[in-house]
Amino acid sequence: MAPLVSMNGITKFFGPVKVLDQVDFSIYPGEVHILAGENGAGKSTLVKILAGAYSDYQGRISMEEREIRPSSPLDANRHGIAAIHQELSLIPSMSVADNLFLGHPMTRSGFVREKAHRRSAGEVLGRAGVNVSVSTFVEDLPISVQQLIEITKAIRLNARVLIMDEPSSALNAHDVETLFALVRQLKSQNRGIVYITHRLEEIHRLADRITVLRDGKLVGSALASELPEKQLIHWMVGREMEEQFPRHTLQKSSEALRVENLSVYKAGWGHRPLVDRVSLSAGRGEILGIGGLQGSGASELFLGLFGAMPKRTVGRVSIEGKPVRIRSPREAISNGVALLTNDRKATGLISPMSVIANICAASLGKLSRYGWRRPRAEVRMATEMGRTLQLRAASYDMEVGDLSGGNQQKVAIGKWLSTGPRIMLLDEPTRGIDVGAKHEIYQLMNELTARGISILLVTSEMPELLAMSDRIIVMHRGTITAEFSRQEATAENVLEAAMGKINGEVGTTRREEAAHAADN
Amino acid sequence: MLQTIRRALTSSAGRAFLELLLVILLGVVFNADGAFFKVGTHRDTLRQASTYGILACGMTLVIITGGIDLSVGSILAVSSVSFSLLMMHMDWPWWLAVIACLVLGSALGSASGALVSNAKLQPFIATLAMMTFARGVAKYITGGQKISTYVTQGDKVIIKELPQIFKFIDSRILGGDLSIVSVIFLVCFLAAWLFLARHRWGRELYSIGGNEEAARLSGVPVRMAKFLAYTFSGLMCAVAGIAQAAQETQGDPEAGAGYELTAIAMVVIGGTSLAGGRGSMGLTLLGILTIGYLQKILSINAVPEAGRLMITGIIIVLAVLTQKRRTK
Repeated sequence: MAPLVSMNGITKFFGPVKVLDQVDFSIYPGEVHILAGENGAGKSTLVKILAGAYSDYQGRISMEEREIRPSSPLDANRHGIAAIHQELSLIPSMSVADNLFLGHPMTRSGFVREKAHRRSAGEVLGRAGVNVSVSTFVEDLPISVQQLIEITKAIRLNARVLIMDEPSSALNAHDVETLFALVRQLKSQNRGIVYITHRLEEIHRLADRITVLRDGKLVGSALASELPEKQLIHWMVGREMEEQFPRHTLQKSSEALRVENLSVYKAGWGHRPLVDRVSLSAGRGEILGIGGLQGSGASELFLGLFGAMPKRTVGRVSIEGKPVRIRSPREAISNGVALLTNDRKATGLISPMSVIANICAASLGKLSRYGWRRPRAEVRMATEMGRTLQLRAASYDMEVGDLSGGNQQKVAIGKWLSTGPRIMLLDEPTRGIDVGAKHEIYQLMNELTARGISILLVTSEMPELLAMSDRIIVMHRGTITAEFSRQEATAENVLEAAMGKINGEVGTTRREEAAHAADN
Repeated sequence: MLQTIRRALTSSAGRAFLELLLVILLGVVFNADGAFFKVGTHRDTLRQASTYGILACGMTLVIITGGIDLSVGSILAVSSVSFSLLMMHMDWPWWLAVIACLVLGSALGSASGALVSNAKLQPFIATLAMMTFARGVAKYITGGQKISTYVTQGDKVIIKELPQIFKFIDSRILGGDLSIVSVIFLVCFLAAWLFLARHRWGRELYSIGGNEEAARLSGVPVRMAKFLAYTFSGLMCAVAGIAQAAQETQGDPEAGAGYELTAIAMVVIGGTSLAGGRGSMGLTLLGILTIGYLQKILSINAVPEAGRLMITGIIIVLAVLTQKRRTK
């Protein structure tokens, strides 16, 4: 079979740094080609070259025997290449329809044909299986739907090659299914798909062909059917990994955190609570996993516990047997609670500030004397954290935004470790980071729990949830629908509970009806 | 060696320093028959830049939070007329008048601060409102007249003696080589630098400008820190107003109009980002000197005002272009 696109001997420099070294890469029609490798391996750079984001590369790209040189994203579009990047390129304040036609509007003598837009947008979305009103503003949609719209936008351009850079990183399990269906549909239309992902599960389910990069060099390329998982991981990390997850052993211990009937409300009155009378407890040194799909309320539960939604949280919380009232993140920190948020760029790190400033951001009080900072104490703290976390940074004075994803996450974790927490709320601690860094974070979680710190873990990666948790509770639409011991939990029963099944019945609606009846 | 130089030149500070050097070089070339080489020229440059510089100190703190303070010129006017009124017409002791003005300026600044941090108004809107309101206050206090040593008593106009404090602030020390106004500026600068570089409040301001939500979730008292930044800016305006009154030997309710733009330009030329989170007092000092010297060089070469404004505008654009952070 002749490739649709082949890239030969691609080399690219960023300043003096060679980020791609003589890489060959081919895309075949009707195939999903997974591009894998640790963060910083050069995957994104390679696909960005194909998508026209960088034109100063060496090497050749040919599309159906003809040499092309995409000079801009628009030029790449003209060649039938469209990219869906990690950062969404939708305009939040415009409607879905307007976004779909952004840059390529339908016009009549220069005026935009609004009605035609809406009709055509509805058709495209319908065909893709994305169920959304075309006049909704993009900012009012959940991130998962936005991602699907982004893909639909590429389909509308009739692209023959689609590049997807970690398209599922913000999606929940259900939307991932929609995405996969969409990918299969694109495949059946004989389009070529480049798919970058960190998730083994996705590689298993989607891959026709796999190419692995490491440090800017091509490590290997093979048909998925001929590449065992062990070999794939070996290619990616360059070393055999004994187990994907280190085993965590729990010593039975006293109760560290107890939460009773905690509810968290959205701003304004009359809304359904985001978290509805949730009770749970966690022991010292325990990892309590919280499973759930998008909208389960797990992240809001964390924000509520952390005092980040002070006026809209009710319920009783006690830490190590003592009742506490946490009305602000400040009070949470002084009570030994830490919250690693699920989006390090938006809510975790202060990217224009240095590694040191970020690591010390939550413990400034402890590190200052009468409010005056002690820079040397800060450097000492940052160095200590850097060592514990095996942080790799050229200098601790560099801006955190310039670090790789895995190292950024380590800085975010370091910020919380430096506060000396007793309870850590970890929301997606391994999102968007490479296998090696993931492994290090799992090790760290084991070390922390061995020191008696309790961890509440929210993750959308089922294998991670099952492997790291000592106990698992599952949330669905703000309530707890199931609790499993480590032995009982399976991917199937956790997912069922996450989709709202209680004891084999679909239970949440019943409960909501009861609540309604009580209101009336 | 070469690498060190290159790195120094690509840092914000290096580039801001280079801009200042270029402007000074401009002065060396267009030295107006040697006028540029006289000590007095440099003393006057610093003195004339001082009033703006004091405003730029407060402005830097506000801009680092990602905000802006448009009200500085108007609050300066309120302080200037209040100080003149209290000293010339009401014969208050000078220290009490100074304290009253500082309190008044801080209060107006804190009102902007409350609007921004508690009422969540956009800084541009909140301080635009304060800019208008404070100008009104200045005119209300004076009835629209300039306050000077000519005092109307009944139907007689008497000429009072200029209060000692006015003379003192407008005097010089070190054998006439350093103006008191410049000393006041340096003290304000040092205070702002200490807060920004050495106090946790400064760190909080940077983190708010860098990522407000992340700062909040790290336990930073976001509202209080922002409120205090605007209050500090108001305090700086009051100081600048007192200096302005002394230099002009009167309180003019129209004083300070447009000063906010010069102060902002000084901060931005230094390389402090209007988006917040990046910048420093050191950069602001370079910005203050760059604009100060530019103005002086244009004036000793007798460039007419029209040309001066156009050249300043162009220099601001060039300076900010060189400061643009290269994105990968």
